Amino acid sequence: MPDRSMLLRVEHLRKVYGSATGDVEAIGDVSFTMDAGELVCIVGPSGCGKTTLLKCLAGLLRPTSGIVEMDGVPVTGPSPAMAVVFQEYGRSLYPWLTVRGNVELPLRHKRLSREAREKLVTDALDAVGLGHAARSHPWQLSGGMQQRVAIARAVAYQPEVLIMDEPFAAVDAQTRADLEDLVRELHTARGISIVFVTHDIDESVYLGERVLVLSKSPTWVQEDLAIDLPPERDQITTRALLRFTELRTHVYDQIQRAKRGETAAAR
Amino acid sequence: MTAQTGRIAVRPRGRGVGRRVAEGFLYPLGLPFLLLVVWGMASTASENRFFPGPLTIFEAFGDTWVGPAFVDDVLPSLYRLALGITASIVIGIAAGTLIGLFQWLRELLEPLLEFFRAIPPPVLIPVVMLLLGITDTMKVVVIVSGAVWPILLNTIDGVRATDSVMSETADSFRITWWERLWFLVLPAASPRIMAGVRQGLSVALILMVISEMFASSAGLGYRIAYFQRNYLIAEMWSGILLLGLVGVLLAATFGVVERRVLRWYHGIREVNRA
Repeated sequence: MPDRSMLLRVEHLRKVYGSATGDVEAIGDVSFTMDAGELVCIVGPSGCGKTTLLKCLAGLLRPTSGIVEMDGVPVTGPSPAMAVVFQEYGRSLYPWLTVRGNVELPLRHKRLSREAREKLVTDALDAVGLGHAARSHPWQLSGGMQQRVAIARAVAYQPEVLIMDEPFAAVDAQTRADLEDLVRELHTARGISIVFVTHDIDESVYLGERVLVLSKSPTWVQEDLAIDLPPERDQITTRALLRFTELRTHVYDQIQRAKRGETAAAR
Repeated sequence: MTAQTGRIAVRPRGRGVGRRVAEGFLYPLGLPFLLLVVWGMASTASENRFFPGPLTIFEAFGDTWVGPAFVDDVLPSLYRLALGITASIVIGIAAGTLIGLFQWLRELLEPLLEFFRAIPPPVLIPVVMLLLGITDTMKVVVIVSGAVWPILLNTIDGVRATDSVMSETADSFRITWWERLWFLVLPAASPRIMAGVRQGLSVALILMVISEMFASSAGLGYRIAYFQRNYLIAEMWSGILLLGLVGVLLAATFGVVERRVLRWYHGIREVNRA
């Protein structure tokens, strides 16, 4: 890999859930690497173990075998270099805290001066366009705004990589478009590395620089596709590009194949 | 900025002032007033000397409780009640949190808790009396022995029911143990804890009276029993009236605290209803 340094390395990751009725192999054998500053989307058919994979990456689940490495160090538990944005914003934000309190909470145990902490919080809230809502409670905000709070909390934590688990699955289409552009902006303007898990093919192509297509469970990487769209993306013009259509058709095809259990097709 | 954010939801306000006054005073006070009138008429018509009219009782109320009896009987009772409630809340929440957090502790203690909870607290009075003598401590212990249970059990349930996504969020941001307790576990359990405290309060009031009726030379419960034995009927009723007032005051104080502590909880419910 030229010039960019490797950030995340996943090798032969396998996860088996033991249960009374027999073991369930959620992830078969997943390997990929990610460089610093990349935005990688992970798509796959529903029930393909996307969330399991993400929890293994974030150190919330222990893989059965295989390696997850962050900056060359094995991930054995939640790491300060990672921040997660969950799909269920309503259950991920604490309703008894204000918006500001929620964003500030993960910073409390970081050894920061009061001013530095406040600056991080204010800065993160401004970055998601919620500077004016700092004193509200999450439940006073719309769903899209609540997810912005969750993103601000992750940004303020200053992780090396932001891990997002189908973050916009529960918001309406217009809000979703706004939030997608917010993610693009955080990525391009702030250079944040992002792993974005989604089941939405259009979303993965629109957002990503790379799309990893997962197979159905037990999961492996069906295809690692580079998205050669220009870095400046726009909801209308980008989605109207011929190349966008080709890429999304290709990913769609791959997912259909994955559902049928076929291996990768020739491009 | 890509941000295109909506307005912040605000609670709806602005009902008519007249209607608010009516709801604030007339509704809650109307029925009690009506009952007083009915009672007055009934007692005037009745020959039974055990049911004096409200005016007689109000008179006895002033004569009995305003003055030295307030210092000798009412204040000690309230003091023991306050002590009992405070101890129940502290013990209930502290123990409930620990038992709720650690499964091995729960498995260890559960049969024991079920057993002790099933014992009606008044039967403990003779036992505690033997152990501690007829003291303030004995009465506070009796109050706690009953009032602690709803708080303890509700706290255990509340702590156990911490939402899995909220926990995972705390895990992923490496929130420390104390922060987790203070910012996640306790607030998440607070609606259950407050429900337990509400039940505990009424139990505490009952046990305060009973503990004083058994063995005491002062206190509200003792006074009421004394009046009854000496056929001071109006005075006895005035004592019951005072107990009712203490109960109402307790509930009102609790209401103020509850609204403060669970502001977020009521806020969510209001938003969901809208």
